Amino acid sequence: MGAWVGLNEVTAEGIANKDLIACRQCDALYRDIEPDDEHRAICSRCSATLYAPREGSFLQVFAFALTVLVLIVAALWFPFISISKAGLHHTSSIFDVVLSFSTTEMIPLTLAVAAMILLLPALRVLLTLYVLGPLLADKAPLPHAALAFRISERLRPWAMAEIFVLGVAVALVKIHALAHVSPGPAFWMFIALALIATMQDRAACSLTIWKALENK
Amino acid sequence: MIETAKSAGLAACTTCARVWPHDQARCDRCGSPIVDRDRRGLQPVWAWWFAGLLCYIPANIYPMLRTKTLLAYQENTIIGGAVELVAHGSYGVAAIILIASVLIPVIKFLSIAYLALNIRDRRRMSQHSRHQLYEVVEFVGRWSMVDVFVVAILSSLIQLQDVASINPGPAAMTFALSVIFTMLSAQSFDPRLIWDSEDQA
Ligand SMILES: [Zn+2]
Repeated sequence: MGAWVGLNEVTAEGIANKDLIACRQCDALYRDIEPDDEHRAICSRCSATLYAPREGSFLQVFAFALTVLVLIVAALWFPFISISKAGLHHTSSIFDVVLSFSTTEMIPLTLAVAAMILLLPALRVLLTLYVLGPLLADKAPLPHAALAFRISERLRPWAMAEIFVLGVAVALVKIHALAHVSPGPAFWMFIALALIATMQDRAACSLTIWKALENK
Repeated sequence: MIETAKSAGLAACTTCARVWPHDQARCDRCGSPIVDRDRRGLQPVWAWWFAGLLCYIPANIYPMLRTKTLLAYQENTIIGGAVELVAHGSYGVAAIILIASVLIPVIKFLSIAYLALNIRDRRRMSQHSRHQLYEVVEFVGRWSMVDVFVVAILSSLIQLQDVASINPGPAAMTFALSVIFTMLSAQSFDPRLIWDSEDQA
């Protein structure tokens, strides 16, 4: 990444609304100029990132999203963690972890955990594929692509695969004293998918995608 | 003075950054509702804040984990669980639990309240520092959920008939709710309000 470029302050007078953007964090007004792939546009008042386009980033984000989707689906079918103690064995899949709160009064918590570690991460990558697929093929966006991208952006803080991975690490240390623990394939898949999902979010520049959706 | 969408008589979309005439209700580019930050004010922030606090209290009183072994039955609160980890010498893990379940929530309650109460006050903290405080709070808040996931993993794994079993306690639910409500509180705080005070000065 090259030098940072702050866009110049503007007076709105005489400029059409469609040629302006406002910083989403502090409302400072700028001329809507997308920097080239070497540069980032930073708000000169609050330093929020406006544009961070990168060569080939759509393809990269698409590939990351596809990988995450494959890993989520695969992780469901493999053993997650096994423990053994005094001749007794127990193996948990991701499903078992999600269903661990399944007494009646805990059902809302079961749903929330299922959403945060599986459903929302999966939904977010599906929406990303839906939005970016046609843009990559240089075609017009699919119906409701804007809605799809908006939902994916709104859900970002609620998809918690990476926080779940930290939880797994903590749990393993706690169990260590109690029983013998061995991680299964789904464990490693989950670590990989949390990592790739984070890379996907870092590679995606939302204003660039909004502009592409508008112009195609 | 910096020209803002507001000072130019426009309304900005906080999803896709496009600007529209000030009375437009929905963004034509992305479809998001355009919210007048002065009209919405801080009421939703406080509503979620109180809901979060209300859930955080029982989350600390009731047990988070119920552990049954051949020899003993034990209930642990959030802090009790961390104290036990320290007793076993697992300082790193105890620190993660204490930071995620105690330090972050408490700092988050205090910071949101501070930001909401001092929206126009520039003497103690500059706009820049307040905005940074807001971004930190928004970024770290979700990590508090880690303890809920730990309980889920332990409860699903430690099911060894009579030898050892772990089950979630009622605090797991109220703690998760507290994290969700404070996330909503932080999300409904509009950081543009911090910067508006500069424009009015
Ligand atoms: Zn918009």
